[in-house]
Amino acid sequence: MNKPLRRIALFCGLLVLALLVRDNWLQYVKADSLKDDPKNRRVTIARYSTPRGDIIVDGNPITGSTTTSTSGLNDLKYKRTYKNGPMWAPVTGYASQAFGANQLESIEDGILSGTDDRLFFRNTLDMITGKEKQGGNVVTTLNAAAQKAAYDGLKAQGGKGAVAALDPSTGKILALASYPSYDPSSFAGNSTSTDSKAWTELQKKNNPNDPMLNRALRETYPPGSTFKVVTAAAALENGLYNSADQNTDSPLPYIMKGTTTELKNEGNIPCKNATMRTALRVSCNTVFGKIGSDLGNEKMLAEAKKFGFDAEQFTPVRSAASVFSDNMNSSQTALSSIGQYNTAATPLQMAMVASAVANNGKLMKPYMVDKLQSSNLDTIAQTDPQELSRPLSAKNAQILQSMMETVVKDGTGTNAQINGVTVGGKTGTAQHGVENSANPYAWFISYAKLGDGSTPVAVAVVIEDDQANRDDISGGGLAAPIAKSVMEAVIGSKR
Amino acid sequence: MSSTTNTPTHHTSTIGAIGAPSRRNTELAMLVFAVVIPVFAYANVGLAIDDKVPAGLLGYGLGLGLLAGVGHLAVRKFAPYADPLLLPLATLLNGLGLVVIWRLDQSKLLQSLPNYVQAAPRQLLYTALGIALFVVVLIFLKDHRVLQRYTYISMFGALVLLILPLVPGLGANIFGAKIWIRIPGLGTLQPGEFAKIALAVFFAGYLMVKRDALALASRRFLGLYLPRGRDLGPILVVWLMSILILVFETDLGTSLLFFGMFVVMLYVATERTSWIVFGLLMSAAGAVGVASFEPHVQQRVQAWLDPMKEYTLSQKGVVGHSEQSMQALWAFGSGGTLGSGLGQGHSDLIRFAANSDFILATFGEELGLAGIMAILLVYGLIVERGVRTALAARDPFGKLLAIGLSGAFALQVFVVAGGVMGLIPLTGMTMPFVAYGGSSVLANWALIGILIRISDTARRPAPAPAINPDAEMTQVVRPS
Repeated sequence: MNKPLRRIALFCGLLVLALLVRDNWLQYVKADSLKDDPKNRRVTIARYSTPRGDIIVDGNPITGSTTTSTSGLNDLKYKRTYKNGPMWAPVTGYASQAFGANQLESIEDGILSGTDDRLFFRNTLDMITGKEKQGGNVVTTLNAAAQKAAYDGLKAQGGKGAVAALDPSTGKILALASYPSYDPSSFAGNSTSTDSKAWTELQKKNNPNDPMLNRALRETYPPGSTFKVVTAAAALENGLYNSADQNTDSPLPYIMKGTTTELKNEGNIPCKNATMRTALRVSCNTVFGKIGSDLGNEKMLAEAKKFGFDAEQFTPVRSAASVFSDNMNSSQTALSSIGQYNTAATPLQMAMVASAVANNGKLMKPYMVDKLQSSNLDTIAQTDPQELSRPLSAKNAQILQSMMETVVKDGTGTNAQINGVTVGGKTGTAQHGVENSANPYAWFISYAKLGDGSTPVAVAVVIEDDQANRDDISGGGLAAPIAKSVMEAVIGSKR
Repeated sequence: MSSTTNTPTHHTSTIGAIGAPSRRNTELAMLVFAVVIPVFAYANVGLAIDDKVPAGLLGYGLGLGLLAGVGHLAVRKFAPYADPLLLPLATLLNGLGLVVIWRLDQSKLLQSLPNYVQAAPRQLLYTALGIALFVVVLIFLKDHRVLQRYTYISMFGALVLLILPLVPGLGANIFGAKIWIRIPGLGTLQPGEFAKIALAVFFAGYLMVKRDALALASRRFLGLYLPRGRDLGPILVVWLMSILILVFETDLGTSLLFFGMFVVMLYVATERTSWIVFGLLMSAAGAVGVASFEPHVQQRVQAWLDPMKEYTLSQKGVVGHSEQSMQALWAFGSGGTLGSGLGQGHSDLIRFAANSDFILATFGEELGLAGIMAILLVYGLIVERGVRTALAARDPFGKLLAIGLSGAFALQVFVVAGGVMGLIPLTGMTMPFVAYGGSSVLANWALIGILIRISDTARRPAPAPAINPDAEMTQVVRPS
């Protein structure tokens, strides 16, 4: 009987060998993917096992951490808190024990939770010295005063809207507000009675205002007349016109090429053969529609792309791609060139347009993370300003600046005037809905230029207000005052 | 003693029956390690969880030491020539199991579950009872061949044990598999664990008698020896029995274990490979057949093929789905090569049965790949000692019983560990010695007791051999 016994022994050996091989597969080959699987509760436990690092604005944290009771089923030690949550939500995003994280909280999670490889040395040191692991900080480029001005302005307005403000010379994002907003603190924990309830109520299907939508980055609106700045830049760059004060060969009424449809202006405004300065000042659809049509789809698209259209921006929080279409005929291009038809832009995109003009034609890549710090405030990474493109030459940029400054001085944008500061801007009232039945969007984009020629801020404001009287909505009336207070806040904080 | 008079005529790697030292001191030395390692592990858990050496350390150390000592003294007295490794290996696994069960008792998550009980004190009690049973086996089972007399009583006993969970009012359906019985006031019992031993005794007794008929009366077909139709009877009966277990108790593991054990013993008894082929075909046919209509088995297979889907369904609250398989895989993966360290993992996320069916996942997470490989090798060593015992045994009944018990032990380890690690579908059995559960601990200590008895008989120096007249006078002429 000994021969079969030996074979059985071999068989038992094979069983054990199979287990050993499987174990090596699980615990060596697949170990990392299982360990870092976001559904693996350990990932969440680790994230909340130590106080999370903070997101910092102007040297002050806008986030915090508080201990939660870890009795029973709650195995998470710390909970995220937010200071002035609704105001900062478009910047921070949320980090919830129950619902995960998004935006900055998610993108910089490695630093905030202390698991990033760049913190490895410090963590190892802490482990040896017996200190608790601590998350690092994310220092943002935002300007607290500007953010407050933006959010308060939107809130006072009461309708849905968003603000994006940039530092034109660097691309630093100074303000990023969206209204209505939400308080990420309200669902930071994992209690079913409070946190889950708050989360459910905030979802779009339960709340038509969609408070969790980051309108400054993720919503695209038809930019309306503010897009005429891009069209004017295209005209100058392509040599269609060489100065702001040269009469354009524009008929009134203007019948769009290839159609019998007349492109109308809002009201009776002096647009026939107007100069570009006048056309921008009073916002002539006919002049800029014709410029777009004359340049053609290809040249308009090329210019729009230089301003950042048709591409997502990573700030590092992703923004939606703004749209300027391809393969349009002459009349579609004309409509698109006054910010109608398919043209759509995020508030960030329109702030980029204003900032490129203000920065003498140089578009800087927008960013909101200035640096990453370890828990003892050593800088781990620093973002350097980066040039994204040059939509227009310095000379043409200055021509465009003078045109935008005229708009604010004695055009549609007078509401944005600031004493002692040169402001350039452009209003927009974009129609939308079937047959333009819905209320238009009120837009305002602008920049402020100080006495020394520096331009510390460019801003874009959009208000979508279905409560307001249709006639009341105009970029100059609703949006320009908010842009003004944001610019004032930035200038005030520089002094 | 008289090895010269009995020089082997052929090479053998079996344990020399003659002149073997008793190796009791080796066993004692190994036992010291088997006690000291769990004691260190216990201190480790306490330091990791509460930053202090647990208050019960001394009691635990002394308790485990005492139990091991009693076991050792019993072996020294009643089975002095037994294999020296079996007792230390079982003690080590039992001790480590106790530590990990105690560690899971400390989990706040598990404490908050409705049916939480302090499992470690109970397991310690079961261990004491288990070692008592081990001693009883050694005292009263003077010779394993006595068991041969109980061949058919064992069969009857095994059948009763297997049917018990199906008796209304007595059986308990725990998590789909009906392999438990509930004794009021005492808790639940898994009779299958005891049936394993009874069946091994029955198979050994039965096959010893029938092996010649099964082996010799056969026709040759396609290189295989086909048994006669009527000799197929027993294997068909056992096959049917395991199919019935699968259908009524819905536990693939128990079914596989019993059938596998029978095929192994049948093969050893008859030395006919054809039985293995038959066995494999029949078990495959049976498993596939039953799986085609039994929803619980199907669900286990689905959970094995796609644990993530199973997890997602369970998180959505779909009845009948369990997150355990995926949680166990995450526990293993999170442990990595070296593990998180005892007391520092989160295997309590497995929740239900974390300290019984799934206890290996805690070992995996907290001791890592290194720890699991060590544990598996310890199991492998127990099986190896069992097979050696079978090789050394001098009587066919002893050989068959030893290989049956160690084969069943190996299959059980494979089925449970493979199930928890996602190698095969999950079943309702538990890891011998380390998992929480009275039946398992008691039955496996009894199993070790029987193996020790067989090995003692096998290694015991034979009385000076009577002079065999045949050996003296018959000249065997071998062509070289």
